[in-house]
Amino acid sequence: MATAYDNAIKQEDVERSGRVPFVAVQNLHKTFGRHKVLDGINLHVSRGETLAVLGRSGTGKSVLLRLIIGIEKPDAGSVCIHGQNISGLALDQMGEIRKKMGFLFQHAALYDSLTVAENVAFPLEHHRRDIAQSERADRVRQLLAEVGMSGALDKMPSDISGGMQKRVGLARALALEPEILLLDEPTAGLDPISSGEIDELILTLQRERQMASIIVTHDLHSARAIASRLALLNEGNVVAEGTFDELQQSDIMFVKDFLKQS
Amino acid sequence: MSDRGIAAQGFKPPLLQGQELDVPSFAGTAKGLFTGFFEWFGSLGFFSWQVLKAGVTPPYEWRELIRQLDEVGSKSLPLVALAGAAIGVVISLEARYSLSRFGAKSMFPATLVYSVIQVMGPIMTGLVVSGRVGAGIGAELASMKVTEQIDAIEASAINPYRLLAATRILACILMLPLLTLAADVCALLTGWFAQAMVEPLSFHQFIESGFSGATFNAFLPPTFKTAVYGLIIGLIACFQGMRTSGGAAGVGRAATNSVVLGSLFLILADVVLVKFILAFFH
Repeated sequence: MATAYDNAIKQEDVERSGRVPFVAVQNLHKTFGRHKVLDGINLHVSRGETLAVLGRSGTGKSVLLRLIIGIEKPDAGSVCIHGQNISGLALDQMGEIRKKMGFLFQHAALYDSLTVAENVAFPLEHHRRDIAQSERADRVRQLLAEVGMSGALDKMPSDISGGMQKRVGLARALALEPEILLLDEPTAGLDPISSGEIDELILTLQRERQMASIIVTHDLHSARAIASRLALLNEGNVVAEGTFDELQQSDIMFVKDFLKQS
Repeated sequence: MSDRGIAAQGFKPPLLQGQELDVPSFAGTAKGLFTGFFEWFGSLGFFSWQVLKAGVTPPYEWRELIRQLDEVGSKSLPLVALAGAAIGVVISLEARYSLSRFGAKSMFPATLVYSVIQVMGPIMTGLVVSGRVGAGIGAELASMKVTEQIDAIEASAINPYRLLAATRILACILMLPLLTLAADVCALLTGWFAQAMVEPLSFHQFIESGFSGATFNAFLPPTFKTAVYGLIIGLIACFQGMRTSGGAAGVGRAATNSVVLGSLFLILADVVLVKFILAFFH
């Protein structure tokens, strides 16, 4: 039976854009030991939208993404992907859902025993055995060209810089043409120029592919550049949500302080 | 101030002001060890179930399995063969000396053959492979765990239990008996050679005398029991690796624990397996 929240977001989204949320997080709770990280989070993202989740370090932003992809299980609440609650699904049941999602880890998490090309090919080798090897190889080259890494096919992850690793990680996340893209601190640790290039890349990909994207970041400038909506987390809750201009109008002290300091 | 004394008044020395000194009691430590012991076995049981479920359901990771067969088998062969050769010489020298004292030099071939194939070959192979393969698997998976590579595998809709654990464990199970055979052959060859250097003994005589009256029951069970060793080595190493936390220190702990616990359980399993073999095959 649909809850009031389900009806509210469905109505809001249909009214706003005629789209049903690709990702809907409802009343999500997560505790590690005695530390309550998420205390009833509600969020939703639709096709073509980019939601930036901001907050101070340690407020559970990355944990939120891990709950959405299903690597962590929530203590309470639900995560719905295309309307299906994935919170209680077992590992093998998550397979088809995860094929629709791409995840860029904070440190790229490239497989260090594989080359750059093999890293990007990894999801294709496992899930697209229906297409020819030559076609898979072409797809890998195309993806690496899109992220500006055409010249690094045979390099090992340890041979390339952090920014390059993120680009390769992004290419790998896009390998199965996901409908949902989750990015964990895509510009963390990068210099301003590299950050700008990653932002531009994400914007271009989003414009072309119209995915539902959630970007976790503490970089407000990056969030302003990429996101259509921002959500500010504090003490396990979303304290403000909206466009950057709407957040600037907020009377909440934490929001004012966050925008001032960033 | 009353004259009850400082301690009676509740005055605390500066060290303890605003802070309780938490000295663990013996009971607390014992309780922690007790629950930790059962938690470890519980987690291992759950992990084993996940691996078994993943290993018997498609899609199967044949390419990774073949790669692991090479890693565990081919690359361990030189070390295992060398260890077997050394054991053969040692047993040959010790056996000749001991048997000479009892006037039983004619028993030398059978002594060497039975010692190597039934006892020393399997356990020595198991311990050598536990050290090389167990540490390697533990460290590799631990390193993948702390750098989120295992999470990335899971996020790519690939079952890490199937790809990483089941393949390695199956490779260990399949390769241990073969490596044991290799170790046994090397031990027998060098054992014969060491004896032949002192007293003339043709290889034909050695084999005929050593295997005289032997049945398959005498040699096959001790060799194939090493498949259980492989299960223990692979399972413990994968378990320790995939549950690692704590960065580089965690990787080191995982590698060490893989070897120590793998070797320990292997030796304990040998006690049980020997009794089982004696009960059912002799």
